[in-house]
Amino acid sequence: MIINHPLLGPRDSAEFTYMGDARLIDRPDPQSDTAAQEFFAYGYLRDNPAGWHEELWFHEAGDRSWLVVTRNTLTHEISNVALARDVARSRGRSK
Amino acid sequence: MHDLKTVTALGGNTPRVDAFAHVTISENDGVALASVAARMGHEKKCHQVLKKLLGAVPEVGKAVLHDPEAGFWTGPDQWMLGAPRDTHELLADQLKSLLGDAASVTEQSGAWVCFDITGPAMPDLCERVCAVPIRRMQAGCVQRTVIHQLGCFVIRCVADDHVRILGPRASAASLHHTLLDAACSVA
Repeated sequence: MIINHPLLGPRDSAEFTYMGDARLIDRPDPQSDTAAQEFFAYGYLRDNPAGWHEELWFHEAGDRSWLVVTRNTLTHEISNVALARDVARSRGRSK
Repeated sequence: MHDLKTVTALGGNTPRVDAFAHVTISENDGVALASVAARMGHEKKCHQVLKKLLGAVPEVGKAVLHDPEAGFWTGPDQWMLGAPRDTHELLADQLKSLLGDAASVTEQSGAWVCFDITGPAMPDLCERVCAVPIRRMQAGCVQRTVIHQLGCFVIRCVADDHVRILGPRASAASLHHTLLDAACSVA
């Protein structure tokens, strides 16, 4: 499998480590009234889709950036790769 | 007063050189290193200082082979800077005084071992140890890759037959072993 790194170009997936569902970016607000329930869902509940899935990959043997990879779990086709920090910022994080 | 003697990464009193028919592996003990990571919101200032120091900010996957300080890109808004150890032993302190709060600077000289590989068989050796497209790389191209399970930087230097490998210093002997192995197989 080849991951098309947004900065470095096509790189072998062996250089990367899978780090879980990309929804881990959306950490719940610990001050919220329902924080316990939200953190339970954040920590333990995952979908297991047969199809497109947004996931976090860490370029461990490369520039050590975190990526959001949109991958089809049935075919391993990758439709989009973005830097995780750009995704997080586009959702209003790191301000 | 203690009478202490410095040793090289491989433990010798002088840097080790292994010469084969078509390739030479030289331990390079004369490089001082420091990493620079721009702090959030201070990227511009960081770029300005690097440009003044090196002549240009290293682009993605590239080095600026400037003298005496040189630098290469290691990640988004992160760079590794190097200079001759004789004149820049306190490189990290010198960079910190230039960059101030714009960047986090970490001394890296004690973390890396540096091997210079030269000779006409350099690309053959490189191909046997790591997955970088060494024949397509130009002077100043840098890639981080895995050599013998160790995360290493591979830097294509100015001379066509010269590549510099930075690897973890604590595993210097393992890295050296695999380079020797590869050199024997291409000799």
